[in-house]
Amino acid sequence: MTVTFSDRIDIALTVNGEAVEARVPAGRHLVDFLRLDLGLTGAHASCEHGVCGACTVRVDGQAIRGCLMLAAQADGTEVWTIEGLSDTGAVADLQAAFIARNALQCGFCTPGMLVAAQELLNAGGVPDRTTIREHLSGNYCRCTGYEAIVDAIETVAIARSGRGAA
Amino acid sequence: MKASVGGYARATDLRHALDLLAASDGMGRVLAGGQSLIAALNMRLSSGDLLIDINRIDSLKGVVLAGDRLRIGALTRHAEIATDPLVAQHAPLLQKATDLIAHAAIRNRGTIGGALAHADPAAEFPACVLALDATIQVEGPQGSREIPAAEFFVDVFETTIQEGEILTAISLPIQEANERQVIHELGRRSGDYALAGLCIVRREARHRIVCISVGPKPELAIAAMARLDEGDEDGAVAALRDGLDPPSDTQASATYRRHLVGVLLQRAIADLNGATA
Ligand SMILES: Cc1cc2nc3c(=O)[nH]c(=O)nc-3n(C[C@H](O)[C@H](O)[C@H](O)COP(=O)(O)OP(=O)(O)OC[C@H]3O[C@@H](n4cnc5c(N)ncnc54)[C@H](O)[C@@H]3O)c2cc1C
Ligand code: FES
Ligand code: FES
Repeated sequence: MTVTFSDRIDIALTVNGEAVEARVPAGRHLVDFLRLDLGLTGAHASCEHGVCGACTVRVDGQAIRGCLMLAAQADGTEVWTIEGLSDTGAVADLQAAFIARNALQCGFCTPGMLVAAQELLNAGGVPDRTTIREHLSGNYCRCTGYEAIVDAIETVAIARSGRGAA
Repeated sequence: MKASVGGYARATDLRHALDLLAASDGMGRVLAGGQSLIAALNMRLSSGDLLIDINRIDSLKGVVLAGDRLRIGALTRHAEIATDPLVAQHAPLLQKATDLIAHAAIRNRGTIGGALAHADPAAEFPACVLALDATIQVEGPQGSREIPAAEFFVDVFETTIQEGEILTAISLPIQEANERQVIHELGRRSGDYALAGLCIVRREARHRIVCISVGPKPELAIAAMARLDEGDEDGAVAALRDGLDPPSDTQASATYRRHLVGVLLQRAIADLNGATA
């Protein structure tokens, strides 16, 4: 067994359904890897210490902070960013509701908001507004005042549950 | 800002992780959930660290019941504690605490072992494990040690974990039939670290009270506990406030924090006396 540290690490993972292999610097966090190495600039790097949520992406089915996970740790995982979730149509209804409700202005927070919202909706049922707010408590929006975002997510939750029941 | 890291290694099992730590010449840093460590690295609070990623060590994961004790692996994530049926049944305080820790995406990664090793005086789990009278298990080159929670925390961000050691698990006595466990805190926004908090465990009419965010480390509020054991609720609130010397900072003044812990104790007592706690 090797007792060695490396400053460059080989990783193999899937990003938005496609296999990716890369060699990454040890200190490279996942969101920089996605943005700078793979050109997937949807998720944003902003505070880089876990506070704002702009970097939120999905790893192995869970919403996580892209700035608080190293690219090296993503070896073997399945990563989805807003680009992939848009292409598959997985969040098309959320995106339409965000536009309809004016739930974005500058759009900087939106990729993270959508990944966080999708995680909540994937858990099933129709979350009440308090639960929606709580789930988004780690995603900052400097433009909208949140009300419209909660409206949009609530609308989609109700629509999805209706569709599921029908 | 960007992290400046000396190197990274992925440990395959506990032995490997201990060997890596031993080989790191004092620069080794255990990487668990990364929700405090990577934030600190990004802020360049340190540089040149040799990271030992323990996330693939299966023996550090999960919750098991062993007789009248619950064993929680160090690598159990906050989100897993929140939904684990054994935790809900035998140590509900930890489950209630997860509602108060950070945000969903951080709870998906952060681990209980990381939270205890980090020993932030504003964190919930350190106070909870002391209130629950847990022991903390660490493994090092000389073998394993069990440390009572009361001896584990030393100061702000400081524990009795020695260089070369890894926290492996938490072991705690399971809840008794009529036991009650309550946690309350106040913060400005959901998910923020608490301005002040308090947890309380009542077992056979004896109370253990530990406050959050009011001192350098979690400590039993002995005087207040004695008052409450006697049924003197007002005396307990007064003793709790008198016994604290909380910090003043940009978040809250010492006077305000002292006031808050009294309010929180009153609320916690109301919970203890009610049916739902
Ligand atoms: C925005 C934000 C808000 C937060 N809010 C809260 C909050 O309200 N309450 C709260 O309690 N926490 C909060 N946290 C912190 C979070 O709970 C962390 O997950 C936790 O403190 C550290 O756990 P970790 O597994 O992420 O540890 P890491 O970040 O991986 O490690 C933290 C430290 O512990 C050491 N360490 C980790 N595991 C071990 C081990 N097994 N053995 C020896 N050493 C080890 C590391 O070397 C490092 O020094 C917040 C974090 C963020 C980013
Ligand atoms: S950039 Fe990750 S939380 Fe702000
Ligand atoms: S739309 Fe601008 S930050 Fe949210």
